[in-house]
Amino acid sequence: MRLPYPSNVKIIQVPCSGRVDILHLLRAIEDGADGVYVAGCLEGECHYISGNLKAKKRVQYVKKVLEELDLEPERVEMFNLSAGEGPRFAQIAREMVERIKGLGPSPVNA
Amino acid sequence: MIVADRKPLKEILEMLKGYNRILVVGCKGCVSVCNVGGSKEVGILASILKIAGKKNGLNLKVDEKTLERQCDPEYVDLLKDMVDDYDVILSMACGVGPQFLSERYPESRCLPAVNTTFFGGAVQHGVWSERCAGCGTCVIHFFDGMCPIARCSKSLLNGPCGGSADGKCEISKDVDCIWDMIVRKKMEQGRLDDLLKFMPAKDWTTARDGGPRKSVREELVQ
Ligand code: SF4
Ligand code: SF4
Repeated sequence: MRLPYPSNVKIIQVPCSGRVDILHLLRAIEDGADGVYVAGCLEGECHYISGNLKAKKRVQYVKKVLEELDLEPERVEMFNLSAGEGPRFAQIAREMVERIKGLGPSPVNA
Repeated sequence: MIVADRKPLKEILEMLKGYNRILVVGCKGCVSVCNVGGSKEVGILASILKIAGKKNGLNLKVDEKTLERQCDPEYVDLLKDMVDDYDVILSMACGVGPQFLSERYPESRCLPAVNTTFFGGAVQHGVWSERCAGCGTCVIHFFDGMCPIARCSKSLLNGPCGGSADGKCEISKDVDCIWDMIVRKKMEQGRLDDLLKFMPAKDWTTARDGGPRKSVREELVQ
């Protein structure tokens, strides 16, 4: 199934959302990304038991950091969807792009 | 271990104002174990500082280095060829670290990035709890290995006080009453009589009240 999603979303694949570290999210912001989100499996359906819950906590940590730096915490987000939900994946990508467009470019790039 | 928490970012940014070349120095001792100042946390703080710098239009030079320990001169020495390249050294070790750095490098500015809180251990992943207050004359053999100095809000040696209720301390429902735990354990083991022995006031001169402390082991001194 080939579904269109916004071309400005760069996808980085990891074996499980639990592999996503705080530093990965921060580095993306540091290197100029206007937003970054983690797409993990549905809660309770992680193949590695709790990878998506760990990712959620790390996303929350980075949101708090952004807030402390007077940056919009909405630039970082966690989404949950099942691996079979192609249309939902494309919809999340569009949602996130719309949200970031609303916020404007990251002040880190100014 | 010595437990610490990272200072609020606003406080760290405020103390770094005006410095453009920053060396963040971690420690592989206690602060690595309590996930506050090891190489991983050094990487995270360095990235945060760079984000803050870029946001404010500053081109900060932020480098990272994690020492085996910051409380031993031989490891602190390893920074000697680096320190001159920085305006400020930000230590992520416990309060001992910035002081050892400051003494070894009198020309450099050495600042703390963490609040050092207590001596304790991990009670679950991500949660640490106080166990010892370093009083200098340990008395926990009287209390079955539980410390009323560090863990009773009033440091009572003849407890509990009247505020103990349902195993909790009167200061908060989130704080266990250590005296409740001591009494329970003595009862379970049929040794409640131990507590009939009156404990006289403690001599606090071995604690902080006696001034800064020092430990000398003659057999090791060279
Ligand atoms: S009695 Fe003193 S040395 Fe012993 S655990 Fe308590 S505070 Fe620490
Ligand atoms: S309630 Fe228990 S822990 Fe709290 S002050 Fe009284 S004896 Fe100490």
